[in-house]
Amino acid sequence: MQHSRLKFILQWADNSMILGQRLSEWCGHGPVLEHDIALTNIALDLIGEARYLYQYAAVLEANGKSEDDYPFLRKEQEFFNVLLVEQPNEDWAVTMVRQFMFDCHHLHFLNGMSGSDDPHLSEIALKTAKEARYHLKYSSDWVIRLGDGTAESKTRMQDALDKLAKFQNELFIPGEAEVEMIKVGICPDMGSIREKAFATFDEVIKEAGLTFAKPAVGRSGGKNGIHSEHMGYLLATMQYMQRTYPGLDW
Amino acid sequence: MTTIASLEDKFYQTIDAEEKIEPKDWMPDDYRKTLVRQISQHAHSEIIGMLPEGNWITRAPSLKRKLALLAKVQDEAGHGLYLYAACETLGVGRDELLDQLHTGKAKYSSIFNYPTITWADMGAIGWLVDGAAIMNQVPLCRCSYGPYSRAMVRVCKEESFHQRQGYEIMTTLAKGSEEQKAMAQDALNRWWWPSLMMFGPNDSVSTHSEMSMRWKIKRFSNDELRQRFVDMTVPQAELIGLTIPDPLLKFNEEKKGYDFGPIDWDEFKMVVNGHGPCNEERMAARLKAHADGEWVREAASAHAARKSNSESRLKTA
Ligand SMILES: [Fe+2]
Ligand SMILES: [Fe+2]
Repeated sequence: MQHSRLKFILQWADNSMILGQRLSEWCGHGPVLEHDIALTNIALDLIGEARYLYQYAAVLEANGKSEDDYPFLRKEQEFFNVLLVEQPNEDWAVTMVRQFMFDCHHLHFLNGMSGSDDPHLSEIALKTAKEARYHLKYSSDWVIRLGDGTAESKTRMQDALDKLAKFQNELFIPGEAEVEMIKVGICPDMGSIREKAFATFDEVIKEAGLTFAKPAVGRSGGKNGIHSEHMGYLLATMQYMQRTYPGLDW
Repeated sequence: MTTIASLEDKFYQTIDAEEKIEPKDWMPDDYRKTLVRQISQHAHSEIIGMLPEGNWITRAPSLKRKLALLAKVQDEAGHGLYLYAACETLGVGRDELLDQLHTGKAKYSSIFNYPTITWADMGAIGWLVDGAAIMNQVPLCRCSYGPYSRAMVRVCKEESFHQRQGYEIMTTLAKGSEEQKAMAQDALNRWWWPSLMMFGPNDSVSTHSEMSMRWKIKRFSNDELRQRFVDMTVPQAELIGLTIPDPLLKFNEEKKGYDFGPIDWDEFKMVVNGHGPCNEERMAARLKAHADGEWVREAASAHAARKSNSESRLKTA
């Protein structure tokens, strides 16, 4: 139970951390200043959320680890984030579709978590759900804007959607840690999260004039630590300092 | 009847009374041109300045440092926004200014053409580069042009936060392991002289200064500001046990300030003229971001146009 609880918390934290890391790659390279700033805000929120969770994980483990041990010193297979969040930014369309898929799940997951039997986790969920609501509004606006914009933007959005569709479902398949946490009332039922997430998702995709074809085969594995090839490079960059100079304070 | 002469009198009366010139007020053409050049150069520096520090966001060594660095680089984007907006009040829009940057017609601060090769550079930039920027910019809060002076008030508050944050990174390194201390010293060695160059040429050869002083755009000369920066920074370096890389640096009792060695103006000219270590990389990154963003901006305005059309149709229906 302790093991599952820790894994569950890390999985939640890793989703936000890895997506925040990806978004931070945009900083200074965005299509227009206002949205460079806006996307950086989302990165700040997500990494901040992960930080609360890593801090809590450190308290639970009580073995001298700090918040930084989790993102900077775990090996690839010890990260439990879904494959979606580690996918490369590519262009603004892929970044926005990835964000939108994530946000649809994230907001409803946090809303569910705010009723968790773990009071510390429900507090974190309450605190971050407000931000997640804004993120979802932001990414929905972009999906609609670009779906409606020009022929090029529509094509790019449709391609991004087709490309990322196979990663979406992993968000909603309970992993072993989630199964355990659902049993004890710490994690909300995933079925109702899926229902709400897809209601939002379908509505926005429709308004954007895009078509979503349910993929024949989905991709998963992240929740068990089996990642795509992109993950190793992301970690090599993110962990560079801590790996090169072990054991120092910065 | 208002003649140019009487308008000009009024302009100088406003300036001499330490009141602000506002966008709708009459102003001499050269005053406007000088402001546009200076403010846009400043805006471009903020935007290009995001790149050397952005280089370390994905590699920051702790969560706390990553968040702080992200927020700092984001602040610089915000400074760019305020300054482009200030320029717009003088009749030149952001697109036109960005065009000047992208075609190489407009300049940005040369300091950003140096590479950030270690984490300590994040400390050195905050401490020295933001520190030098504050020296230059605090007097601009009293600049005669209203929108510029108001933008600078906001910018300066954030810059001084950046400066403290950078110094704190350096302090942590200087108190750390031998390797960290060496990393801090190395960064100081590389950033010290380029930071002194940020104040521009010596007063004896500076071309733009005299009229800018008369117009109260500029309040202090390049050499005065540089001296203040040196006097402020040397004790800060001493306090954390770092050495300023200048064998001629010496406290001068008489002037109650430091004498320091000559600046390598040939290096400065090389970098200004495009031959610094990262000029090409900085421009390439900026051009790529702009080109990659083209379809996004186009789509966003197409959507906005369609939306406002349908909204106005709804209203008239
Ligand atoms: Fe700035
Ligand atoms: Fe700054």
